[in-house]
Amino acid sequence: MRFMYIVTPAHPVPPTTELMEAVHKLADREIKAGHMLDSGALMPRTLGAQVRITDGRLSVIDGPFVEAKEVIGGYAIFELRDKEEAVAKAVEFMQVHRDHMPGWEGTCEVRAFAGP
Amino acid sequence: MTAADIHRTILAVWRIEQPRLITSLSRMLRDVPLAEDLTQEALLAAVEHWPATGVPEKPGAWLMATAKRRALDQLRRRRMLERKHEIMARDMEQDQQAMPDWDAALDDDIGDELLRLIFTACHPLLSREARAALALRMICGLTTEEIARAFLLPDATIAQRIVRAKRTLSESGLAYETPRRGELSERLSSVLEVVYLIFNEGYTAARGEHWLRPQLCHEALRIGRVLTSIAPHEPEAHGLLALMELNASRTAARTDASGEPILMLEQDRALWDQRQIRRGLQALGRARELEGAGGFYALQAAIIACHARASTAAETDWQHISGLYAELAALVRSPIIELNRAVAVGMAEGPEAALVIVDGLAHEPALKTYHLLGSVRGDLLHRLGRHAEARAAFEAAAALAGNRREQDLLRRRAAAAADAAVPS
Repeated sequence: MRFMYIVTPAHPVPPTTELMEAVHKLADREIKAGHMLDSGALMPRTLGAQVRITDGRLSVIDGPFVEAKEVIGGYAIFELRDKEEAVAKAVEFMQVHRDHMPGWEGTCEVRAFAGP
Repeated sequence: MTAADIHRTILAVWRIEQPRLITSLSRMLRDVPLAEDLTQEALLAAVEHWPATGVPEKPGAWLMATAKRRALDQLRRRRMLERKHEIMARDMEQDQQAMPDWDAALDDDIGDELLRLIFTACHPLLSREARAALALRMICGLTTEEIARAFLLPDATIAQRIVRAKRTLSESGLAYETPRRGELSERLSSVLEVVYLIFNEGYTAARGEHWLRPQLCHEALRIGRVLTSIAPHEPEAHGLLALMELNASRTAARTDASGEPILMLEQDRALWDQRQIRRGLQALGRARELEGAGGFYALQAAIIACHARASTAAETDWQHISGLYAELAALVRSPIIELNRAVAVGMAEGPEAALVIVDGLAHEPALKTYHLLGSVRGDLLHRLGRHAEARAAFEAAAALAGNRREQDLLRRRAAAAADAAVPS
């Protein structure tokens, strides 16, 4: 089964070098283990845009595209056995955040891909 | 949470920790079969304790501590306690005071240890079936029951197979080998054939069978990805991954609503997984970059890639496919490859040329009971207007057909040929 993880920090604080190193090591391990298919770090939501439909009307809310060096949050796509494994991996990933950047807060959303 | 939910969670957590567990233990004890025993004992301990205590915050550390304790017991219990075992035992006892530094494991390059595990599990000394069971166990973390369900065998058979395989390895002094880079390519073929065996077992599973059977395709793909990751310069590793991804991409289109198989040329190509095809083509590209285009798996992948690239059956590049089959036939002498080549030639050049190849296979002992030989021959004869002969070929093939559906199909073709043969 394929899963997408979407990580959103609670505060717009860039990760420490220590946390980034730990996360990279974990990612490297997961690629080598054949679980991770794709991943990407994402720029903050405030630098992106949203295209919304409300009440039948389409509107574009554009963020200021400022050159920013901080990367906050991201996504990953994994191929795993079942939801229990997906959740256990997310727990492990978040534990790394606790260990390497105490005080960090945020959410890792776990979503299964639809379809066979 | 029901007891079943808890059990599944425990298994999931254990599966995540298992690779680090087994590689760390292997290295510590310099004994892969023993390390495997201990990971199983750690699993049993988790299943016994965690329902009551909850999953620990650092499950890996808990499992490692448990496994180390058992390892100490084992080392002490062995009658012929060699000097090195005494030293090891003493070191481990000292370690026990402090909590195992689990995070340190993140620093280690798991690549070499995984390679060692894979090569151990797939040692050419073991039978292919034993290698498959051991690989699924040690690399994919499948339980005995899961492996048994996947291969439609009794639990005891798989359990015995694994026990004997580990004993063979231990007794042959292969408990802890360091694979030398020079041997990589040779040893790789015994690994690749096992991975392909696992994939095919899953691929041929019929719908409605236990879900762990098609799951084997995912496990094989996973090992395939691991191999390309830790042995990136081996073209055949990429070739096999390409072949598996490209074949797996047709999964949604392969069976109809009632679970009956649909032939590739008749499948709805809109259901082919394009992302998986892209991954497969990328892997094939890497095999080619590594000068591996003529490899056994790379060639088969290239053939499937031709099909994958055609948006409709009519657009299939049969000329290219028959050329690839010719290369494959030159590499591996196989009547089945020749038969497939004949089909491609029939599409590319016409039935006359194909019939020459098929007639050349008439006396092949390997094809004596292979119904597809008669089926292909019948089709070619039919296209040449030789209907009476086509009928005979179809009827002979029907008699050899493996299942009712194929028999019916061939009988219908025989009947159609009979009708066409009647002079007007």
